[in-house]
Amino acid sequence: MSHIGNYEETYAKFTWRDAEREIGYEPGDPINIGAWCTDRICAQGKGRKTALVWEGHDGTRKQYTFDDMRLRTNTIAAFLRSHGIEPGERVCLFMDKIPELYFGFLGVLKTGAIVQPLFSAFGSESLLTRLADAGTSAIFTQKKHLAKVRAIVDQLPSLRLIIVVDDDGSKPLRERETAFDMDGSPQVEHFDVHPTTAESPSVLHYTSGTTGKPKGAQHVHYSLISQYITAKYVLDLHEDDIYWCTADPGWVTGTSYGIIGPWANGVTQCVTDAGFKADNWYGFIERMRVTVWYSAPTAIRGLMKEGLDVVRKYDLSSLRHLCSVGEPLNAEAVLWSKEAFGKMFHDTFWQTETGCIVISNYPGMPIKPGSMGKPFPGITAAVLDPSTYEPIAVKGEVGLIAIRPPWPSMFRTYWKNEETYKAKFRNGWYICGDRASIDEDGYFWFIGRDDDVINTAGHLVGPFEIESALLEHPAVAESAAVGKPDPVNMEVVKAFIALKPGYTPSKTLELEIMNFIRKKLSPLAMPQEVEFVPSLPRTRSGKIMRRLLRAREWGEEIGDTSTLEND
Amino acid sequence: MSQLKDLILNYVKNEYLEADDDREIAYDTPLISSGIVDSFSMVSLKVFLENTYNISIPDAKATPEAFDSVNNIVELLKEFGVHE
Repeated sequence: MSHIGNYEETYAKFTWRDAEREIGYEPGDPINIGAWCTDRICAQGKGRKTALVWEGHDGTRKQYTFDDMRLRTNTIAAFLRSHGIEPGERVCLFMDKIPELYFGFLGVLKTGAIVQPLFSAFGSESLLTRLADAGTSAIFTQKKHLAKVRAIVDQLPSLRLIIVVDDDGSKPLRERETAFDMDGSPQVEHFDVHPTTAESPSVLHYTSGTTGKPKGAQHVHYSLISQYITAKYVLDLHEDDIYWCTADPGWVTGTSYGIIGPWANGVTQCVTDAGFKADNWYGFIERMRVTVWYSAPTAIRGLMKEGLDVVRKYDLSSLRHLCSVGEPLNAEAVLWSKEAFGKMFHDTFWQTETGCIVISNYPGMPIKPGSMGKPFPGITAAVLDPSTYEPIAVKGEVGLIAIRPPWPSMFRTYWKNEETYKAKFRNGWYICGDRASIDEDGYFWFIGRDDDVINTAGHLVGPFEIESALLEHPAVAESAAVGKPDPVNMEVVKAFIALKPGYTPSKTLELEIMNFIRKKLSPLAMPQEVEFVPSLPRTRSGKIMRRLLRAREWGEEIGDTSTLEND
Repeated sequence: MSQLKDLILNYVKNEYLEADDDREIAYDTPLISSGIVDSFSMVSLKVFLENTYNISIPDAKATPEAFDSVNNIVELLKEFGVHE
C-alpha cells in the first residue's frame, strides 16, 4: 500500500498542518534540518540503522549508520564553530559526491549557518560569481578542486576559510586553507545545535535566469515539512527501502531528495560517485538492492540508448518504485521503462525555487505517459493566461504554470535581489517560468520554458552567463547562446558567434571556444555546437533576438519579426 | 609506447584534469566511470578526435563505453581507419 493512498481523497483532505504534526513540529518550536535528519532519527531508536552506503568508482565502499551520521555532522558543526563560523554566514560545499558532501550539508545547518552547495564541475568563473554574490565565509572542497578555488580567492575578501577534506600533506596548504578529516577526527558526541526556527535561512541554491547573473534562491528550515511529506508520498519511501537519488547535491534535487527528504524519513540511501554508464548503474542497483530510484530523463534516455540487452544482464528485481525529475519525461521513455524494468517512471515537476515537488504522478494513480501529473496535496497549481495572470478555464489551452503561495519549502527571496524575487509573483501566484496545459482529467502537460533559459539534462543554464563568458575569448565579437534540441539531454547549448576582424572560422577555433567555456563555466554550459555567423539578428533597439535563433533550431514558427533590425 | 595513445592521453590530462589534480592516468584508466570526463565534456573530446583525424564519429558510436579509456578510444578509432 502506498503512503499517499487514493490521490483524490488525500488531496481533498490534506493540510500542511497534518504534515507538521506527523513529523512532530509545533508552530513556534525550534526546527533545524541538520538535527531533524540525524539526532531526531537516532532518538527514535534508529541509530544503528544504515543511513548511507557510499560506493566510489573504484569499488571503495563506506557505510554509515544514523548514529555515525549524527556524530559526523556534530564533528563538522563543531569544527566550523571552532573556526568562528557564525549563524547566518554562508558556507559553500564544493565537492564531488563523497560522504563529506552529504554530512557537510547537515553539519553546516546544525551551526545555524546557511549552506551553499555548488556543482563541483563548475569552473572558476562560475564559482567566483556565486561565492562573491553570497559573500561566502567558508568553503569545503577537495584537493582536485583546490586549484579552481585558489584561482579566485584573491577576489573573495569575505572567504576566510578553505577546508580541504582529503589533504594528505603532500603539498603545503596556503593562507586561509586548513585540512579536515571527517572520518579520522575525534567524533563529537554532543553539539549544541543552533536553535533555528521555521523562518531561519537554511540553504542557498543558485539558479540561472535569462538575464543577469545567477540568483541565489534562499530557503528556510521550515522547508523540511514539504520535503519530508513529498518524499513520503511521491517517492513512497518506506522503512525498509533502499533509496537511490542520482542527482548531485550541487543542484536542488540532490539536497531536497538526496539528503533532506529521505533522511527526514529515516530511510537508507545509497550513493555512487561513478560516472554515467549503463553497466555502472545497473550493477549498482543490483549490488545495493535498490528499491526506490529517483533519476532524470536524460539518464533514462541515455540508458535507452544502450538498449535492453544490458538491462537483462543484471538482476534489477529489487526495484519497486521509479521517479524522474529535471525536464519533461517523454512518453517513449515512460513506456520503455515499463519494458525494461517492469515499472513505469513517475514524472515529477518542481524547481529550485519551489524547494519540493509540486506537480507529480503518484503511486497508484494512473499514469498518462508524457504527462507531468497532478498537483501535490496542499499545492494549488494552475496555468494562467499570460496577459491577465488569471487561471485558464479552457481545457488543453496553453498558459503559464503557476503555484498559489504559500507552501513550506517556497523560497523566501533571491539573495540580495528582492526586486527579482517580487517579479516572480503576479496576481497572487508564483510564476514558474514554464508553459503547460491541463487536460479534462486535471493532468498537466509540459510545453516548454517561457523564457530563453536553456534546460540541458535537467539543469538550467542562463544564456547571458555564457554570452558574457564568450566575450572574454579574444576571437569573439558578439554571440548568442540558445538551446537546440537533443535526443538525450532535451536541449544542449548552441552558440552563434560573430568573430572579430582577423579571425576566421575553423574547426580548431570551434573546439577552442568549447573548451574555453567548459573550463570557465562548466561542462553543462559548453556549447556543443558553434555556428560562426557574419552578424547576429537584432531588434531595432539593438537587443539580440535569441528567440529567432532558437526557433530556427527547433523548426518552429519564427513569429513576429517586425522589430528585427534588418528584416 | 604508442604515439596515438600518448597523444590522446596527453590531451585528456591537459584538458580535463585541474592543475592540482595529481591523479595518474594510464591507457586503461576509466575516464567516464571515474568522472575525469563527464558526458558533456565527452562531446569536446569527440570533436578533438574528429578534428585531429579528419573523421566523423556518429552519435550512436560515441557511447560512454567507447570513451571510457584511452584503449577503448583507440579501438573506436580503428573503426574509422585510424591506426598506430
